[in-house]
Formats: sequence, structure tokens, C-alpha cells
Amino acid sequence: MTHNVYLYLLVIVAVTYAIRVLPLTLIRKPIKSRFIQSFLYYVPYVTLAVMTFPAITEATQSPIAGLAALIIGIVLSWFGGSLFQVAAACCGVVFLLELILI
Amino acid sequence: MNTTTEYIRTAPRRQVFAQGLRDGIPIALGYFAVSFSLGIAARNAGLSAWQGFLFSLLINASAGEYVGFTIIAIGGTYLEMALMTFIANARYLLMSCALSQKFHPGTKLIHRLAVGYYITDELFGIAIARDGFLDPYYSYGAISAASPAWALGTMFGVIMGNMLPVRVVSALSVALYGMFIAIIIPPSRKNRVVAAFVLISFVCSWGVKFIPVLSSLSGGTMTILLTVLISAAAAILFPVRTNEEKEDEVHDA
Repeated sequence: MTHNVYLYLLVIVAVTYAIRVLPLTLIRKPIKSRFIQSFLYYVPYVTLAVMTFPAITEATQSPIAGLAALIIGIVLSWFGGSLFQVAAACCGVVFLLELILI
Repeated sequence: MNTTTEYIRTAPRRQVFAQGLRDGIPIALGYFAVSFSLGIAARNAGLSAWQGFLFSLLINASAGEYVGFTIIAIGGTYLEMALMTFIANARYLLMSCALSQKFHPGTKLIHRLAVGYYITDELFGIAIARDGFLDPYYSYGAISAASPAWALGTMFGVIMGNMLPVRVVSALSVALYGMFIAIIIPPSRKNRVVAAFVLISFVCSWGVKFIPVLSSLSGGTMTILLTVLISAAAAILFPVRTNEEKEDEVHDA
């Protein structure tokens, strides 16, 4: 089977772009439904939370290091850590812990 | 505020762009690390450095691209590619819906087309975290930092393969999750309902791994399923206050 890499690329780009841009261009006005408004309010937090755990414990070599990064990240951002500080602290925790654990 | 008028920005364009650029830098660093490992997958699928660069420049989706490289590697059909791309990226459909509410109704089509092009988990996250309406120039600033990092990271991944020590890759791989945490925790501190549902999301996302039928679903499908169910439950149990003065209707697809 000979498939063209650029045709694959075209397919992925078309599908991905349609998914991203259709709601954004078609929904032009504030949604009135209280349910939909509430639903869309919760979506970002729920989806990011779902993607974070337990995935963070599976991304590292040692699950304990991943878990520690999660806890440190939560504590740090609770007390006002910035995006970059939290991300860097998580990386640092994993690196240091894996030096000991592995 | 009249909802039908054009969007009037609260700060100069250049300043908003600079804010986006600043917030985009940590994302760019994380992206570079992640796309580097994506480049290794691209290399395994037989792609050249140029092709890896082009894929990442045009697609900007980690899971979507990873799935794409897997299908290229096994020589799957174009239809399979389209379906798998849809499943892997369907969460962006929800994010795009949510983001549509963050735009001023008068935001021009060209800005909607441009901002939509780069809806990723992280850029969506920082856009949602902004106060008030989203100024497209904030997103453009963030994209200017994130996009080159993502594309170049993939390219270097293809070229350099496995040159980075495993320890470093392992540590860098949590950078993106760290960013997610930094996005969801501050609102959780302010709002107990959000905090409770973040916790519920953690527990459910972990718990489904032990349910035989559900655990066989792909990560992307599971993310959508859980997002819809948990957000719907939250919306029913704890509806947010609506803006009653707006009389506009929803224009659905």
C-alpha cells in the first residue's frame, strides 16, 4: 500500500481545523440556556482535571514521582504560583525524586 | 454594554499581544519538550525532519499527531485517519464551544478563524483564565511563542532521536500537567463547587481504569465521555448565574 504522507497531512489538518473552528464561528452570540452556560463553564476545569490525573503518574518513569509532582503543583498553585513556576517545580520534583527512586 | 457592537479592547493591541507572548513562553518550553518526544514518534513512522516540522506547524495537537503518526506507520487508510483524528481531537469541539462564549459577539470572522486554528489544551486554558472578553491579540501573542516551539521541537525530535537522557525526558514530560494544575487550582480556591468537581474528575478518571468495558476505550474518547458526564452533572446540580438581560438566541450548527 502506498499512501502519500502529504495526503495524510491534508486529512488530519482538515478534520482538526473543522473541529476547532466550527463552533467558534457558528456560535456567534451568548448562549441563553442556563444549563448550557453552566455546562460550558465547568467544561474547561473538568476536562483539564480528567487529563491530568492519573496521566501525570503514567508520564514519569516512577509513578510516585508523578504523584509527588501533582501534589507539589497543587500546593504551589494554591498559594499563588505562576504557570511557569508550577510547571518548573513539577519537573524539578520528578527529576530529583527519580534520582533517588530509580 | 451593547452586545451587537464591535469589540472595543480595554488595552492597546501591542500590550495585549505582549501579555499573550509572556504567558506563552512557559507553554512554549513545555511544548518543546513534548513535541521533541513526538518527533521521535514521527521518526519511527518514517517521516523526515521537514515533514515532522510541517505536521506540527499545521496541526498543533499532541494526541492527534501521535495517533496520526501511528496510522502512517501502519499504512492505514485515509478514512481511518479521518476517524481517529476526530476521536483524538473531539475535546477541542467542546473547548471551541466554550471559547465561543468568551469572545465578544462582535468579534470578526477572521479572528475566530485565526484563534480557532490554535485551540490546544494549554492555549485554551490560558484564554479561559483571562478576565472579561478574550482579545484575539492575546491568543496571537501566545501562539507566536508556542507555535514555533512546537514545530521546532518536533523537528529536533526527528533529527536527534533519543539523544536526551531518559531522566530529562521523564522530568520534562510533567511540564504540561504542571500547567494544567496551575490553570485549574486558582479557580478551585475561589469556588468550592469547581474544587469539588476537579476532585471528582480526578477520582473518576482514575476509577474508570478499573471498570472492564470502559478501560478499553482510548484516552481521547474517555476524556470526552467523562468531561460531558461530569460537566453536565455539575451544570444540573450547581447551575451558574446567567446574564438575564441578554436576549440573543443560540445559532447552532
